[in-house]
Amino acid sequence: MLRKYLNKIKPNFEPGGKLHAFQSVFEGFESFLYTPNSTSQSGTHVHDSLDSKRIMIIVVAALMPCLIFGMFNTGYQNYLCAGIEGSVWEKFAYGFLALLPRIIVTYVVGLGIEFIVAQWRKEEIQEGFLVTGILIPLICPIETPVWMLAVATAFSVIFVKEVFGGTGYNIFNVALTARAFLFFAYPAQMSGDKAFIASEPICGLGGTVTYADGVSGATPLGQLATGTTELTNAVGEPISTLDAFLGLIPGSVGETSTLCILIGAALLLFTGIASWKIMLSVFAGGLAMGSVAYLLPSATYPGSSLTPWDQLLYGGFAFAAVFMATDPVTAARTGAGKYIYGFLVGVIAIIIRVYNTGYPEGAMLAVLLMNALAPLIDYCVVQVNINRRMRRSRTGAQ
Amino acid sequence: MNINFRRGLDLKITGGVAEGAPMTTITPRSIAIVPDDFPGFTAKLDVKPGDTVTTGQTLMHDKIFTDINIVSPVTGTVRDVVRGERRKILRVVVDTAETSAEPSKVNVDTTSAEYIKRAMMQGGVWVLMRQRPYDIVPSPETVPVNIFVTAFDSAPLAPMLSAEVTGKDAEICAGLKALASLTTGKVYVGVRASNQRALPAEVERVEISGPHPAGNAGVQASAIAPVNKGETIWTMDIVTVARIGALLLTGTAFWNTHVAVTGPDVITPTVIKTIIGADIDQLIAGNVTDTLRHKRIISGNILTGHKVSEDGYLRYPYRQITVMDEGDDTDEFMGWASLSSEKMSTSRSFFSWLTPNKSYAPDARLLGGKRSMIMSGLYDKVMPMDIIPEYLIKAILSGDIDRMEALGIYEVAPEDFALCEYIDPSKLELQKIVRQGLDYLRKELA
Repeated sequence: MLRKYLNKIKPNFEPGGKLHAFQSVFEGFESFLYTPNSTSQSGTHVHDSLDSKRIMIIVVAALMPCLIFGMFNTGYQNYLCAGIEGSVWEKFAYGFLALLPRIIVTYVVGLGIEFIVAQWRKEEIQEGFLVTGILIPLICPIETPVWMLAVATAFSVIFVKEVFGGTGYNIFNVALTARAFLFFAYPAQMSGDKAFIASEPICGLGGTVTYADGVSGATPLGQLATGTTELTNAVGEPISTLDAFLGLIPGSVGETSTLCILIGAALLLFTGIASWKIMLSVFAGGLAMGSVAYLLPSATYPGSSLTPWDQLLYGGFAFAAVFMATDPVTAARTGAGKYIYGFLVGVIAIIIRVYNTGYPEGAMLAVLLMNALAPLIDYCVVQVNINRRMRRSRTGAQ
Repeated sequence: MNINFRRGLDLKITGGVAEGAPMTTITPRSIAIVPDDFPGFTAKLDVKPGDTVTTGQTLMHDKIFTDINIVSPVTGTVRDVVRGERRKILRVVVDTAETSAEPSKVNVDTTSAEYIKRAMMQGGVWVLMRQRPYDIVPSPETVPVNIFVTAFDSAPLAPMLSAEVTGKDAEICAGLKALASLTTGKVYVGVRASNQRALPAEVERVEISGPHPAGNAGVQASAIAPVNKGETIWTMDIVTVARIGALLLTGTAFWNTHVAVTGPDVITPTVIKTIIGADIDQLIAGNVTDTLRHKRIISGNILTGHKVSEDGYLRYPYRQITVMDEGDDTDEFMGWASLSSEKMSTSRSFFSWLTPNKSYAPDARLLGGKRSMIMSGLYDKVMPMDIIPEYLIKAILSGDIDRMEALGIYEVAPEDFALCEYIDPSKLELQKIVRQGLDYLRKELA
């Protein structure tokens, strides 16, 4: 039925048809609904079922636990701070309503740009933004104004991805650049005490948040950066390691629950979509640098009082390790390079977090910095292969 | 010497020839020689339509090295010379005569390497070998530093080479001894451990284990002694060695071959004794399920073979015909979201990981759109050579000769990238890219 309808309207989109200007969009939807039946014209006659759509959908699936928990936690924090009682479902519904417009806006802006560029270049629509579009709302504070998300998404998709040639050619992680853009362009709205907890009721759910004296809605790392060593939640109760692991703490929507992140990581690693080499070495790097900081405590840098384990649990570290550092396009591509890249991401994230009190969290900047350095790492690894060949060539010629 | 390849992939496809299946003999009505199957060979015709030829008689010779011949594998009449753009010879078709005639013979003198080479060139067996760099018919001017012979074919559904050379021990021995006199280094013969064939003392036996592409002579070479810049190696299979031996012993090579008719759409997969270049129609007649509409007939295996039409011919160097679905009439709803365990994939994102030993009946669809290189490290899983495929491919695409050289393009042939092409989620035409890179390099450095 649907297939027949698509076949019927298809001629409109082909060259000469009246809707030719939307050919890429049509093809995008057609290949989304039906696996393209174009067959191999050269070389190998059979192909693996894995394609970029499958890869992207697996990553989206891996993000689902974080998204769902993030919705609940958004509601949970609001209800907690507003001092009202609510069922789990009410809290989830609140978070759902808070996040939905953000996800829709990011997708509309990002996919809109992708569609236009694809049509302009006369290419197929690429799937990369399916993941980016869900990552951006997850890594931004819930109180980020929606128009800012739109601006950041547009900036990131155009200047970080499309000008380099589209999915597969970008140097920097698109979602992280959107966050970095917001972080530097609108610092007041992106950090501080009020950004991480939704403050207004939505559709009759939730309440207006007012903070008691002496407490704030700052994230645990934000509290540390101001010199507080007794970490508390937004109503002044102390935070335990278990809270941080489960994710019932203030923070960007998707990053708080290490448990949900690990569920996503398990899916990515089992399917082989993300590189275990990168993931493992980010955590190794974070542990190593966290240990160094912990063994050399300093009153100037309160972040050094966190145990290495807590360093991994708080803030965006785990989320960055699992979903950001492993982006295959912007990470190191060579086997040995992945270990080096991942380890340095972990180390630099903790260095920035602990020793630069201006930035309470370093995971985002660490990944972006290593994105820039990844080609250099790969260059060195490839050069080892080249040198081995040259040496063999010289001894062979003698 | 023992070599174990860990990286590679054995694709499990339905329609393999059952062990002990009976063999039939089919004498083809006509055969065709396709000069494109011999890269590096520029054909000049020696016959015209209507000429009668005998087995071993020259059909065409090389434009530059005029001693290199392609000979007729049958006695018969030249029916047609099919030409393409700029009068390029696409194929020479010979109708087989009913009566047999004495084959044409070349004078063989094995007292010097030069004489052996000339006999091989004139007798039509020279073009069956390949050299690296460039994966072309060897240039007679260069002396190979090593020669690599593979005694097995590891490609999906490939026939047993050992069956084809049964009873040809004398020929293989003569061929290997002659080859040993043509190289400054060694002749290596790659065999599976189960193959206990006695080899002459001049050659080195190498036991190979591991998945495809372990049977590719070039892959074996990369593990034994990779070719360096400025060096040349030759690669061939054991049947070619037997043909060389037969030529040197009797003055004429043998041109009959075994062909495995395989694939998901073959009713009874079988091995047929026939002649190289045979008419495919006769080999598959009555043995294909349903009609040939929406079917793909491949002369060769599913990884490197040529798509041919039903009136096509067996292409060199393949001894295999694979018939499978084309898939162009398949409408699969949201295949990328499939939870089915019927999807053939190496990725555990499909539920086929639950049934690792299952055989599949794939079709020729790309199963996705062409994309830029997104995933990293996937090619490495099936590339057993000391090559970084992603970077070599990028160097070829950017036409950077120095970088291609540095990354080892002299060591590779398109077939080495077949498995990379299979698993590539970006659906890039890697074998075509490598072939273009090799041709570009050869042209620029000539």
